[in-house]
Amino acid sequence: MLQIADKEFSSRLFTGTGKFSSSKLMKEALLASESELITVALKRVDVQDKQDDILTHLNHPRINLLPNTSGVRDAKEAVFAAQLSREALETNWIKLEIHPDPKYLLPDPIETLKAAEELVKLGFVVMPYIHADPVLCKRLEEVGTQCVMPLGAPIGSNKGLKTQEFLEIIIDQSNVPVIVDAGIGAPSHAAYAMELGADAVLVNTAIAVSQNPVAMAKAFKMAVEAGRMAFEAKLAPIVHKKAEASSPLTSFLN
Amino acid sequence: MTENNKIQLMANDLKPKANSFKNIFDTYNWDETLQSIFSKTEADVLRALGNSKRDLEDFKSLISPAAKPYLEQMAQLSRQLTKKRFGNTIQMYSPMYLSNECQNICTYCGFSMTNKIPRRTLTDTEILKEVEYIKSKGYDHILLVTGEANKTVGVDYINNALQLIRSHFSNITIEVQPLHQDEYEQLIDSGLYSVLVYQETYHREEYKKHHPKGKKSNFDYRLDTPDRLGKAGIHKIGLGALFGLEDWRADSFFTALHLRYLQKTYWKTKYSISFPRLRPHSGGLEPKVEMTDPDLVQLICAFRLLDEDVELSISTRESEVFRNNIVNLGITSISAESKTNPGGYAVAPESLEQFEISDERSTEEISKMLKGQDLEVVWKDWANNWQ
Repeated sequence: MLQIADKEFSSRLFTGTGKFSSSKLMKEALLASESELITVALKRVDVQDKQDDILTHLNHPRINLLPNTSGVRDAKEAVFAAQLSREALETNWIKLEIHPDPKYLLPDPIETLKAAEELVKLGFVVMPYIHADPVLCKRLEEVGTQCVMPLGAPIGSNKGLKTQEFLEIIIDQSNVPVIVDAGIGAPSHAAYAMELGADAVLVNTAIAVSQNPVAMAKAFKMAVEAGRMAFEAKLAPIVHKKAEASSPLTSFLN
Repeated sequence: MTENNKIQLMANDLKPKANSFKNIFDTYNWDETLQSIFSKTEADVLRALGNSKRDLEDFKSLISPAAKPYLEQMAQLSRQLTKKRFGNTIQMYSPMYLSNECQNICTYCGFSMTNKIPRRTLTDTEILKEVEYIKSKGYDHILLVTGEANKTVGVDYINNALQLIRSHFSNITIEVQPLHQDEYEQLIDSGLYSVLVYQETYHREEYKKHHPKGKKSNFDYRLDTPDRLGKAGIHKIGLGALFGLEDWRADSFFTALHLRYLQKTYWKTKYSISFPRLRPHSGGLEPKVEMTDPDLVQLICAFRLLDEDVELSISTRESEVFRNNIVNLGITSISAESKTNPGGYAVAPESLEQFEISDERSTEEISKMLKGQDLEVVWKDWANNWQ
């Protein structure tokens, strides 16, 4: 079972709430995914409103809400948004997203580290969205984030694991769960991330913008399960072509 | 000249010339630009369609007459890119006119100084009355509009209006006279999110003809307004040209050039493009250059193909049929049930409008139309209480 802070998750597929054609469809798809941790942009909901359309649709015993700070541009705004969120939504979990660049939505490593440090001190469970930067991951771990969320490719791009080399280093080095966030466009990408040893993946656009979000959500659920099972079963080694040197290097041993 | 001076001089030469858009704009020539657009061939269009990243030359090809036979292909691509970035959603906002007082003469505008119409500027109580009405329709993003009358509707008036309404809306945009950087900074502190400032036309001489009097006649000051906004750290800037004044293709190229420059210079700011076409109003100017429906579709798709993330907005100036279809081809935000007169919603519904809107359906009807096309209406996409 995957554990983050004090919570255990039987599903390693985390999902998001953006881009769906209706809240009803969003709910159907998210339930089909069997995801237990679902992120929602604070800017999209009215946290004071008990009737908020998105929030009421997420009211389900299996679903844990993961508010995110999408839209903030620096550490100060992020900390403020997180505090408002904790107060209104009664959760100390926060997906820390600081992307001052509205074009590619790439995360600002400096502001993210600053905000993470402060939020941890304030008692938050911090899940930081970052570039696939192994050193930054270690720095975040040091300030006490409960996981790291490196990107596979630019958010919403559906391009897959473009950062694979660095994800492998991060997975290799990390003492906290590694969740591949952003860029996963197909169930095969998700399965591959899990085979590499990622602890979980977060998928939104690929489900929401599919022609059939409910079926796609199921496909992702199965892919994540298959990838994890494969990782635990250990993949058979890749067989390289046998080397047949004309003058063997070890013949002197004979 | 000392060696030091020489080195200093060289360093200045090497510095990028652009610290304002004007410096870039001045290196372009209107007629040459237009000629270059019209000389694009089918091969250029096919190349532009095939590229995964498109530049301004591709944009010229896509708005050229040579691209007309490829309109369906452009629309399909535009729809795909828009869905990928924005999902199955459309944002909705409502305009709110605060004043029709104006010291400019603009040949195409109902509020033009020489038009003999009753002038009105909303008081605090009146503003709140309008707010109440707009809120009751479900809106959470608002656009405040004024004419240019610095004594009665100057920066202090706008600042007061922002403070008055900021707790009622998640997202506030203004469309008012160009201001100084420090004035924008002050308004941002009061909750301002975004500013729309359309150049109207990038044709310097035509601009002069349409804006003969008032502060608006200063073409360059208007041209560099987005730079002042970028420097002030605004969240979003809206650009556009008023179609009908000059050739829409050239005006759109310069809008795209402006967009590209701003995106590279003020990289933390978001951008939106609007597509106003001249509408009948109480001044009564006929369009000099007509822009047809297919032209406008072509342009909207071309902007989407140039840029996946720019917001594209269409107002109630356009017809029902046009709006029903364009929401699926690249547009990301629309208004509905708009009143273009101060107090038009609740305070003084009978007063004279800036221009006649075309799509008069209610907010509810528009929202239903969107849902019918599997589009989720986004009412709220910001929180203005983080700063």
